[in-house]
Parts: sequence; structure tokens; C-alpha cells
Amino acid sequence: MSANPIIVVDYNAGNLTSVMNALAHIGADAKSSRDADEIAKATRLIFPGVGAAASAMETLTRTGIGDAIKAVVKAGNPVLGICIGCQIILEESEEDGGVKTLGLIPGRAVRFKDEPGLKIPHMGWNQVNFTREHPIMKGIRSGSDFYYVHSYHPVVPAEYAFAETTYGTQTFQGLIGKDNLIASQFHQEKSGDVGLAMLKNFCDWNV
Amino acid sequence: MLTKRLIVCLDVRNRKVTKGVKFKGNIDIGDPVEMGAQYSADGVDELVFYDITASAENRPCDMEMIRQIAKRVFIPFAVGGGIRNLDDMHEALLAGAEKVSVNSLAVLHPEIIADGAKAFGRQCVVLGMDAKFVGVSDKFKSGYEVYIRGGRQAMGIDAVEWAKKAEDLGVGEICLNAIDTDGVRNGYELNITDQVARAVQVPVIASGGAGTPAHIVDLFRKTSADAALVASMVHFGDYTVPGIKKEMLAAGIPVRKKMNGEV
Repeated sequence: MSANPIIVVDYNAGNLTSVMNALAHIGADAKSSRDADEIAKATRLIFPGVGAAASAMETLTRTGIGDAIKAVVKAGNPVLGICIGCQIILEESEEDGGVKTLGLIPGRAVRFKDEPGLKIPHMGWNQVNFTREHPIMKGIRSGSDFYYVHSYHPVVPAEYAFAETTYGTQTFQGLIGKDNLIASQFHQEKSGDVGLAMLKNFCDWNV
Repeated sequence: MLTKRLIVCLDVRNRKVTKGVKFKGNIDIGDPVEMGAQYSADGVDELVFYDITASAENRPCDMEMIRQIAKRVFIPFAVGGGIRNLDDMHEALLAGAEKVSVNSLAVLHPEIIADGAKAFGRQCVVLGMDAKFVGVSDKFKSGYEVYIRGGRQAMGIDAVEWAKKAEDLGVGEICLNAIDTDGVRNGYELNITDQVARAVQVPVIASGGAGTPAHIVDLFRKTSADAALVASMVHFGDYTVPGIKKEMLAAGIPVRKKMNGEV
């Protein structure tokens, strides 16, 4: 292990094992951590997660990990959010009657609108269409299929959106970012070869 | 557009993938970790591993095997067989499984569905359901009865009623296996598959009977199923995952493509 491994935030989120396995597979030097001080000093950070926004926020606040993530973003080091990690960085979530979140990117997480025949959660492989270039897309074709599992999705101003996906009649922002922060609603760690390629691009990203 | 999923099912006994016909006469085929990694590389959309002797031996599914699979497979996979309680579910998820499938346990103790959904999110809880044709009657309005213990015990419950109840309890997905067509390779049981898929809002995986790509095309053309589960037709080398997906694509069914843009 090098002096500066990629830190993967461990706050009992369900997909930590999968993210660690995927990073090991692509040869990345990564370490999971639940120590707020260690997380705050990360030179490269991944913030995964599945589950509900309210319980995730409760844990992040109680443990100080929320502030640690903010510190890494402020320091200008590369930060990747996945799934709930893509919603928690917004200002608020509609889930559980409304939850105030980290506020690192303007916007909110909203639930899919009900549509006849539309199953919620949105679960499965769907096309991610790039709307703007980003280093984590290197070598990946716009329209590639990624794996999604979610009932809520981000809504941010267009300047922070990098890709879109359509489910039923609803087009939502599947990849958002600002400066050194990038976040996908889809699960890169479960998206086969294309997901591993995007994770690798994140590991190689020099902000 | 959300693609229709092609799922490969691996029945595992003593850490060997095995396959029977109508739940009987099993023969061993290969190593589950290697086979899972290969199917994943071939572009399958999801995998299911069933530890078929765990329940009878009163032990949870092989957690070490799940950990090994999770190190090699970077697509979603579900595990089932031998799940006895919330702790077993939790362990399987921590080992790296995306979803846990419950079958007999859920029929005998339906609260496991609600408890699992509450603890881990409903997307983690898959209901495996074995249904057998018994004829339409007042008791079995769909014409299909729920069986447990690997098709050995009839439960006197209508298949569609059970699917609806499981959805209310919080199940995230239903894998419907038709006992009459399991391993027969003569096509899915479209009747009950469509009845269940129309009765619930959660995704339905059709299982039991796929023998040719045409059966899969037929399933998606004639029912509202979200995913097709296959086993024998790929395990014995008659068909490949890309080959099946090509036929799905040619029939106008949306399928997931790999990084190189091919199925």
C-alpha cells in the first residue's frame, strides 16, 4: 500500500465490498476508512452508498464523515460519489419527507414521477448519454449501458450535468459534477467492463 | 430505455454448478466462480447462484463462495438457498451479493420479506417462487399453485395471490419458476408469467423452460416480463450469451451492449 491510497468511505453502505473488489480488480491502491480524520486527508476519495438518504445523512453527521468529505472537496482533490453518494452531495433530498444534505452541488434529489407501467425503483441497465465531456469518460462511448438501482435521482442546473438517461418518459441527470467532484447515480462497480473503465478513469484523473 | 435483462442461473451443489430436469437427476457442470466470471465477460446482464442443498442441510448458502464470486464478477448477482433469517441475508450482502433470494422461507415466514426490505432496501430482496399448473378453480384463480422445498411440497396458495402479497410485504423483484417447464427446454410458461407480471409493479424474471433464443424472444413479445433466466441452454454449450442477445436485438428487444458496442 502506498502512502496515498484512494480512500473509500465506509459508513455501513451496502456496496462497499463491491467497490473495493472493483478497485482491486483494476489494480488501484485503495483503502476503506470510517475514520473522519483519515477521510479528511484523502488525496483521492470515493463515496459510495445504497439505501435511504435520511439514514445515510444521520450517520455522516454523527460520525463527522460528512464534514470530512466536504474538506476533501474543498482541498481540490478528486472525489467520486456513487448512487446515494451522488444524492448526498446535493442540497436536499425529497426522500423521507425531506432531508437536508451536504450541499456541495446546487440541486436536489427527487423521486421518479409515477407513470402507467413504470416500475419504481428504476432497476437494470440503461443508456447513459453524455451531454458534456469529462476525463472519466475517456474511451467510453456515449450511450453505453450502465447499471442503475434507485427511486430518486438528482436534479441540478445544466452547468453541473454531464450525462442523461431516460426512463419511461422521464429524462434525468445520471452523472453530475463540479470542479474536482464527480458523481454517478449508476453503479460503476456493477456495470461490467464499461463501469470498470470509468472507475479506472477516475483513479487516473488529475484535476 | 431500460433494457430487458438476460440472467444466467447457476445451481450449485458442493461448490459445483449442477443442472437437473424438473428439479431431478442433476449432473455437475463446472466451477461456479469460473463460470460466473466467464458469463460476465460474455456480457450476461446478471447472475443468480442457488445453493441447492443448503436448505436441506440446514446451513446458509456458501458465503466463502460468494466472496470469491464478488472478486471476479462486476455485474449484479443474486444468491439464494439456505437463507434462514436476517443475519444470513446480511452476511450474503456483505460478502458481495447484490440481492438475496428467498423462497420456501418467505412462504413459511412472510415477515422475512418485510424485515429484509426494511433493513437492506427492497431492491435487495428477491422472491423466488415455484409454481405448478393445477387447473383454474375457486381456490387457484390463476390456475397455478405455489410449491416449496424445491418443488416437493404444495402449499395450497394461488401463485398470483402470493406474488401480490409478497409485493405488499416489500419484495423488490420476483423470480417466477414454472416447475412444469423447468429444464425441459421447450419454452417458458407464458401464461403464469404474464399473469404475475401484470399483477405486480415490481420486475418479474421468467424462469424455467428456455431452450432456444426464440423462446426468449417469445417471452418478451408475449408477456410483460422484465428479465429472462436461462441455465441449461448455455451451460451445455448449445447457445452463448452474445448469440442469444443478437437474436433479441434482431427481434427489436432492447438489450445491454458491452463497452465495445456489441452484445
